[in-house]
Amino acid sequence: MGNVSSGPSASGATPVPELPTERLLDLYRTMVLVRSVDERCLSLQRQGRIGFYVPLQGQEAAQVGCATALEPDDWIFPAYRELGVALVRGVPLQRLLDQFIGNSGDTLKGRQMPNHYGYREYNFVTASSPVGTQISHAVGAAMAIQRRGHRRISICFFGDGTSSSNDFHAGLNFAGVFQTPTIFFCQNNQWAISLPRERQTRSATIAQKAEAYGFPGVVVDGMDLSAVYRVVREARERALAGQGPTLIEAQVYRLGPHSTSDDPRRYRTDAELSEWKAKDPLARMKHLLLSGGHLTEAEDAQLWEGAKRQISEILQAAEGTAPVDPLTLFDDVFSERPATLELQRAEFTELLREGILKP
Amino acid sequence: MTELTLVQAVNRGLHQAMKTDPDVLLLGEDIGLNGGVFRATEGLMKEFGAERVIDTPLSETGIVGAAIGMALYGLKPVAEIQFLDFIYPAFDQIVSEIAKFRYRSGGEYPCHVVVRSPYGGGIKGGLYHSQSSEAYFAHTAGLKVVIPSTPADAKGLLLSAIFDADPVIFLEPKRIYRSVSGEVPDGDQRVPLGKAAVRREGTDLSMFAYGAMVPPTLAAAEALASEGIQAEVVDLRSLVPLDEAAVLASVEKTGRAVIVHEAPRFCGFGAELAAILAEKALYSLKAPVARVTGYDTPFPYALEHLYLPNVERITHAARQTARAS
Repeated sequence: MGNVSSGPSASGATPVPELPTERLLDLYRTMVLVRSVDERCLSLQRQGRIGFYVPLQGQEAAQVGCATALEPDDWIFPAYRELGVALVRGVPLQRLLDQFIGNSGDTLKGRQMPNHYGYREYNFVTASSPVGTQISHAVGAAMAIQRRGHRRISICFFGDGTSSSNDFHAGLNFAGVFQTPTIFFCQNNQWAISLPRERQTRSATIAQKAEAYGFPGVVVDGMDLSAVYRVVREARERALAGQGPTLIEAQVYRLGPHSTSDDPRRYRTDAELSEWKAKDPLARMKHLLLSGGHLTEAEDAQLWEGAKRQISEILQAAEGTAPVDPLTLFDDVFSERPATLELQRAEFTELLREGILKP
Repeated sequence: MTELTLVQAVNRGLHQAMKTDPDVLLLGEDIGLNGGVFRATEGLMKEFGAERVIDTPLSETGIVGAAIGMALYGLKPVAEIQFLDFIYPAFDQIVSEIAKFRYRSGGEYPCHVVVRSPYGGGIKGGLYHSQSSEAYFAHTAGLKVVIPSTPADAKGLLLSAIFDADPVIFLEPKRIYRSVSGEVPDGDQRVPLGKAAVRREGTDLSMFAYGAMVPPTLAAAEALASEGIQAEVVDLRSLVPLDEAAVLASVEKTGRAVIVHEAPRFCGFGAELAAILAEKALYSLKAPVARVTGYDTPFPYALEHLYLPNVERITHAARQTARAS
């Protein structure tokens, strides 16, 4: 466990400067937006206005802190809970809400469930539902980065449950062998649907698994944005210096359900939830800013109001956007449609024309 | 008899099997305390204990691989894969191992594992919560593939699968888990594998379906009846072993065949049925065989309602087949 540490200098690299307070206020504003989008989407799902939603409450500091430590050229391989990362990376909220609705403004063409998005323009690779598959992709991208001689890293996001998956082990092993510039960012939110962290692994930490693959693993308090920023920045410096990958375990808590299909009251206690609610990363950041005199209660209320207003405006536009064109069903299966698919598209067009299929 | 939904019947089937034989045990993700994400295993951990209803780490290959070891040792494991779309990490264990253990050991190591999994679209699940990949498994020699469409069959076929000598991939139509209910016999009443069921008799046309496609196919047959076309609806129930005699008998009677499945058309299970009809019933056919299927694309999210065969599409294809000469 010699290279497992919660301290800031696990790698022995140059200490990373702290985030200045003005920056913290900015990041808090982002966290407020993330939380507000999350709350709004949960209610949109209940109203049947979006089909599904994966909330991230409790993980905002980890995501915003981590994404802030990255540079725009770094390649992000997300799972399906990375709203905070996407917003920090600069993905417009309009695009995300269009995706959640699956309308004609959705650049994914309505192909994926809400939360499963990706945008080449933002070096934010498209996500899938099977867990862990993105981990080895991030390693491969890092091998390509090495080959091209680029000065950037790849990072993948996943949870505690994913540490049991095939690709977690395959990916970490490759990264160790090839010393790739990769950050494995595990948000250990304590629950993989109904199974507690202890049921995924007998290891004391997930971070310590890195040791077996020959590189450092770091545990960080994921409710502390600055701490997360620091360890990610440090891991990034190490990767750029040719010192290889780092596994970061951000210890957080999934305050909400796994998804809108889940009811956590079936498997965890209210007492546990309250205990973690007391560590809410937004409350923590607010307290820090209030006590430092960088924010007043009135300004805080304005932040939340502003976020709500912004979301409402964007949502209105998204709900007013036309549905996906049915014929896009047959696009992007291949670079060009093979003859059999062309035929199916023609049959489909005819069924629409005759009114047998109704868009 | 008890009135149950399809998912409740699965639950009762598992319960009955565990009661009948202490060697039966379940393993999977979220199947214990949570009762499964679709509640198929609700209450079973409480009744049979955590040693027989095992919540596993999140690893499909671990679940299926461990089930194999248990089966080799003489237990009767029933593995749950949360969604069929998530089975692929275990594909190696299923195709390379489960399917070949008996053969490669000269019969010394039968590998009786049941893998249960909800399959199919219609729940707005997009690419990764909607697939119907039964053809991959039906294509693999050594695996039985069973898909119920009624609560009675869900329980009866599951019991047969669990006490069968061979491995069974048991696919449950999640779209109709709760929307379909019916009378289910109490106790250890089994429905034999390899026997199709004629759900509706008819003389003009044969319609073949399974799983979640049976209800819309029956509805299409009703619609056709009002136009004077009497369609026979055959629910295959087992893809492997296939009740070829029932398929041929129906087409020899009607001379026309429409095959319905939600999986993509190309190399889908319908292709096998069409080939059997071409080989063995060509002289009975009065019209080309028609297939109503999903399209040859990944499963969409926003356009799901246009991708899945529905009553209108099935009726339209059947009408054309009935009228072709």
